[in-house]
Amino acid sequence: MLDISDLHVNVDGTEKLHDINLHIGQGETHILMGPNGSGKSTLLKAIMGFGGYTITSGSIVFKGQDITGMSIHERAHLGIGMMFQHPPAISGLKLEKLLAATSHLGQDAIEALAQTVNMEDFLARDTNVGFSGGEIKRSEVLQLKVQQPDFLMLDEPESGVDLENMSLMGKEIAGLLEKDVHIVNRRRSGLIITHTGYILDYLEADQGHVLIDGQIRCHGNPREILRVVKEKGYGECLRCKQM
Amino acid sequence: MSALQTDVGDIEQLSQEDRERLALTGLEVGMQNRCGSFFQIDQNVIQTTCGAEGIEMIPIKAALEKYDWVKDYYWNAVSRDKDKYTQYLAKQESPQGLVVIAQPGVKVAMPLQACLFLREEPVQHVHNIFIAREGSEINIISGCASSWQKEHGAHIGVTEIYVGKGARVTSTMIHNWNPGISVFPRSATIVEEDGTFLSNYVCMQPVNQVNMYPTARLVGKNAVARFSSIVVATPGSTLDLGSRAILGAEHTSAELITRAITTGGTIISRGHILGEKDNTRGHIECKGLILKDGIIHAIPEIEGTLTGTELSHEAAVGKIARHEIEYLMARGLSEEEATATIIRGFLDVKISGLPAVLQAQIDAAIDKAESGF
Ligand SMILES: Nc1ncnc2c1ncn2[C@@H]1O[C@H](COP(=O)(O)OP(=O)(O)O)[C@@H](O)[C@H]1O
Ligand SMILES: [Mg+2]
Repeated sequence: MLDISDLHVNVDGTEKLHDINLHIGQGETHILMGPNGSGKSTLLKAIMGFGGYTITSGSIVFKGQDITGMSIHERAHLGIGMMFQHPPAISGLKLEKLLAATSHLGQDAIEALAQTVNMEDFLARDTNVGFSGGEIKRSEVLQLKVQQPDFLMLDEPESGVDLENMSLMGKEIAGLLEKDVHIVNRRRSGLIITHTGYILDYLEADQGHVLIDGQIRCHGNPREILRVVKEKGYGECLRCKQM
Repeated sequence: MSALQTDVGDIEQLSQEDRERLALTGLEVGMQNRCGSFFQIDQNVIQTTCGAEGIEMIPIKAALEKYDWVKDYYWNAVSRDKDKYTQYLAKQESPQGLVVIAQPGVKVAMPLQACLFLREEPVQHVHNIFIAREGSEINIISGCASSWQKEHGAHIGVTEIYVGKGARVTSTMIHNWNPGISVFPRSATIVEEDGTFLSNYVCMQPVNQVNMYPTARLVGKNAVARFSSIVVATPGSTLDLGSRAILGAEHTSAELITRAITTGGTIISRGHILGEKDNTRGHIECKGLILKDGIIHAIPEIEGTLTGTELSHEAAVGKIARHEIEYLMARGLSEEEATATIIRGFLDVKISGLPAVLQAQIDAAIDKAESGF
């Protein structure tokens, strides 16, 4: 589904990602870990195509198409979706207006979806304005449930979410990734940035990667990587590339 | 009371282009959703009709002849000597315009419409008086437009509004001029005890200049005034707009809200609240978006004269944040769609208490302007 080869990305004239190679197959979910500032969000934003994240070499191929030069909305139309770590608050734009503008759903369908993530009381509020951490995540999940992307990028879905909401989020994200569908028939893929690994309590991941200083240093079983990082810290991963 | 005409008679003579322009200012030719209608082309009143019990709509000249007391409301809220425009109007031998009288306790949710159309003459002059007696409630939608082929001209209008005890007046004015037209409304409102005055102004089409600074004087306890303006200045347009509220009795409050967009024109957004009695509150909010290089100059003024008044203002001017556009693009909107969606949100001012038909009219004016962004 997603093939990233030899990718280099500049932000503000300095290279933040070096020689990234990543392959995510159809139906697979991958976990991305790494210390703060290592470039995890930068990688997601480069895949989404945000301005300011300049690809200096390498390519991103999605569903067989080279999307390296495509605009953000063309990528969204191809099936890429993203849960933002820090989405902007848009004053004046009601959440329900945003959902209506980005879909063909009627008001009833939007309300029904909002209820599934306890967001029905937020539809008439300005998007993300004054939302708490958990509310922001639920607003993001709601937008993704409307969008239904084939490839889902989640930037720290656990941060700022309490236990009760975490269970809701975990189940909803598992649903978005078609975890209830047999592996043979599953079409949806995902790339999830996590520090804690809590999300693994709700869904299985196929592979894990560790990004350090803009480079992917380890690939492997996500639970094993999580365990090593928890026990020994990221220093262990620095060694791992050399092995 | 005259029989209700079901259409706007002489409007049949207007060209299709002009009818469309008028429709965008809120004129309902078929009179659906309107309980009364006044239509003035240049200096000629071509229609005055009202089907609502307890509400009288009458041309000002006839009103001054018919009722002796109307003269007490004529040049009362607005002074004849205010400036050269009021002086010009005061000199007119034959005043034109509309008087609306709502009898005590009469409440009509359906709007009355007043259409002022500048077609051939260089200057249109209008003097309106709206009187809402104790406990009455009226909604007036004033549509002001010029003919599509009118290149130059001026509109000078005085509107005096009297909101009686416990009465409520909602006045919505929608402008649709041409690039060569200059407009000088001079209006003032007096609000008595427990009265509410809501003023909405929409101007999103090209004009040479609009210059106005309407004032609401809250003279009775618990009186409320709210001015909401939604304006767009296109290249070549200068909109010098303001609103003023004088909190002249205890427990009065006022709110002045402006959403301003420039696509190359100039907007001066003034506001002034004077708190001169105890337990008064006032707030000015001006938000400006610069879509293309132009000028938005917000000048909010709050002035308190004693400890018991609480006044505040907030103003912000800038462009649409890039990351907001990209956020919506990530949800599948093109750059243009994302921009329009954000602008629509920006202009979506909560005008609570506004009848649905008036809100629909404002939305239509926004939709029309939006296609040009
Ligand atoms: N828009 C930006 N402008 C400037 N620097 C940025 C920008 N985005 C990211 N960076 C920098 O790039 C590095 C990686 O950031 P980021 O991808 O957000 O890290 P992570 O998500 O792994 O914590 C950091 O040094 C960060 O300050
Ligand atoms: Mg990050």
